[in-house]
Amino acid sequence: MVVGLLVTAGLIVTSLLVGEYDIFGAEDGAQMFAITRIPRTVALVLSGAAMAMCGLVMQMITQNRFVEPTTTGTTEWAGLGLLAVMILAPDSPLIVKMTAAVVSAFIGTMIFFAFLQRVTLRSSVIVPIVGIMLGGVVGAVSTFFALQTNMLQSLGIWFAGSFTGVIQGQWEPLLVVVVVVVAVFIAADRFTAAGLGEEFATNIGLNYRMVVLLGTGLIAIATGIVTVVVGNLPFLGLIVPNIVSMFRGDDLRSNLPWVALVGICTVTVCDLIGRTIVSPFEVPVSLLLSVVGAIVFIALIVRRR
Amino acid sequence: MITLSTVLRRYTSDVAIGPVDLEIPPGGITAMVGPNGAGKSTLLTMIGRLMGMDAGTITVGGLDVSNTPSKELAKKMSILRQENHFITRLTVRQLVGFGRYPHSQGRLTVDDERRISEAIDFLNLGDLETRYLDELSGGQRQRAYVAMVLAQDTEYVLLDEPLNNLDMQHSVQMMKHLKRAAVELGRTIVIVLHDINFAGHYADHICALKHGEIVAFGTPQEIMAPDTLSSIFNTPIDVIDGPRGLLACYY
Repeated sequence: MVVGLLVTAGLIVTSLLVGEYDIFGAEDGAQMFAITRIPRTVALVLSGAAMAMCGLVMQMITQNRFVEPTTTGTTEWAGLGLLAVMILAPDSPLIVKMTAAVVSAFIGTMIFFAFLQRVTLRSSVIVPIVGIMLGGVVGAVSTFFALQTNMLQSLGIWFAGSFTGVIQGQWEPLLVVVVVVVAVFIAADRFTAAGLGEEFATNIGLNYRMVVLLGTGLIAIATGIVTVVVGNLPFLGLIVPNIVSMFRGDDLRSNLPWVALVGICTVTVCDLIGRTIVSPFEVPVSLLLSVVGAIVFIALIVRRR
Repeated sequence: MITLSTVLRRYTSDVAIGPVDLEIPPGGITAMVGPNGAGKSTLLTMIGRLMGMDAGTITVGGLDVSNTPSKELAKKMSILRQENHFITRLTVRQLVGFGRYPHSQGRLTVDDERRISEAIDFLNLGDLETRYLDELSGGQRQRAYVAMVLAQDTEYVLLDEPLNNLDMQHSVQMMKHLKRAAVELGRTIVIVLHDINFAGHYADHICALKHGEIVAFGTPQEIMAPDTLSSIFNTPIDVIDGPRGLLACYY
C-alpha cells in the first residue's frame, strides 16, 4: 500500500511538472502552474479514481466482469443529455448541463439493467456487447441531432475524452465526485453483498433493490460529471477493477483504495504519454485508454476460456 | 417453530404449490424430500422470504415472513440456495464474515471476529480461510457457504440441496457437520435432500412433498416404509434393516 501511494504521488508530481510551458523559467510560471497544471492533475486524480470505482460498483451490481460505464451505454446517455441541453438551451449554466447528463445517465443505466433482468443471457461476454450496441444506438441519435444542429464538431471534441481543456474555472464541478467516492467507501459492504447475488443479499437482510438504485445513482453522478468536464474515458472502469481483483480479490472494503490508486495511475500514465508522445501537440487520453483497454479486455476473455 | 398455513403459489391454472399447512418443530434436522418438481425448493425459498406467495402465511419463530423487516428476519433465519456461482472473488474468511452483516452492518467487532473463527473451525476450514473461493474444490466451497450461514448465528437455518455435487465422503461429512450444528449449537435446520437414505439416517423429521402438496410428515421410522416411499417417489422401493439402520433400496 505504501509503495502504491508513493508511485501514485510520483506520477502526480510528474504530471504537475510535465508540459510545454516552462513554469520555472518564465515570469508568469507560477500563475500558469495554478491555471492549468494543478487543475489538470486534480482532474486526473478525481476522474481516474471515480471512474475506476464506478466500474467496480457496476460489475458488482450486474455480477458481470465486463461491464463499466462505457460498455453499458452510460456515457453515451450522459452525452445525449448534455447535447439536449446544448441544443434546447445553449446558454444554460454548467450546473444545468451536468444535471441533464447525470439524469440521462441514470435513466439510460436503469434501462440497461431492466433489460438485463428481463432476458437471460447465456454468456457473460454478451452483456457488454449488448451494452455497447445500446450505447451505439444512443450515440447515433446524438450524432443525428448534432448533425442537424451543426454541433457535430463540438460533439466530436467532447467524445474524445481529454484533459487538455481542463483549466481553472472548468474543473471545479469534479469536486462533486469526491462525494461519490466517499459514498462508495461507506456502502462498500453492501455492494460486495450485492455482487454475491440478490438472494445472498436478501438473506443477510439487505434491500437488494435499494443497493442497486444507490449504486446506479452514484455511477450516474460520477459518469455524468466526468463526461461533462473531461469526456469519455473508455475501459478505465473495466481494466482497473479486473487487475485489482486478480491480486486482491473483490472485497470492496479492502480493495477499494487499490482500485482508486490504480485508476489514478492508469489515467495519469495515459495522459502523460498523450502529452509527450507528439509534443508540442497532444493525443487525447481516451485514445490511449482505448488501446490499453482493448488489449486487457481481450486478454480477460482469453484467460477465461 | 416454523408454521405454514394455507400457503399457496400458483404458476399456471393447473400447476400450483399448496395449499400447504405444515408445522416444523424447533430443534433438529427436518429433511424435505420428494420427486423432481414436487415444490421442495420453492417451499423452502418461500419460507426464506426469497420468493413471495399468492396466499397464506408463514411464520418463523413467531415472525411473519411477509411483513417482518428483512433485517430482523436475517437475525432469526438464514437461507442458502443451491446455485452459488459468484463472480466475486472473496476469501473464505471474507465470505464467512458476511454472515455477521445482520448483526454488525459490516463493521466487524471483536465478538464478530470470534464467531467467524468459530464457524470456520466448526467446518474444519482453518487452513483454507485465506484462500479465494474460486481456488477451492466444490466440497470445500460448499463448506464455506455453510460456515457463512452458521456464522449468521440464526435459530433457523434453511439449506437447499447442500449435498449437490458432493461426492460420498463430502456428503457424509457435510451431514455430520449439520447434525452437530443441530445438536451442539441448538439450531433448527431445514434441508432439501434428494437421497432418501441421507434423510432417513440423519434427519429427525422427514417432510415428503409431491405435486406441490405434503403427502407425509413424520420421523424417519414412520416414513421409511416401503408403501409410503413407493407412493412418494413413484418407484418400487424396498426398505431393509441394514447394519446402520433402515435403508431404502430402489436400484
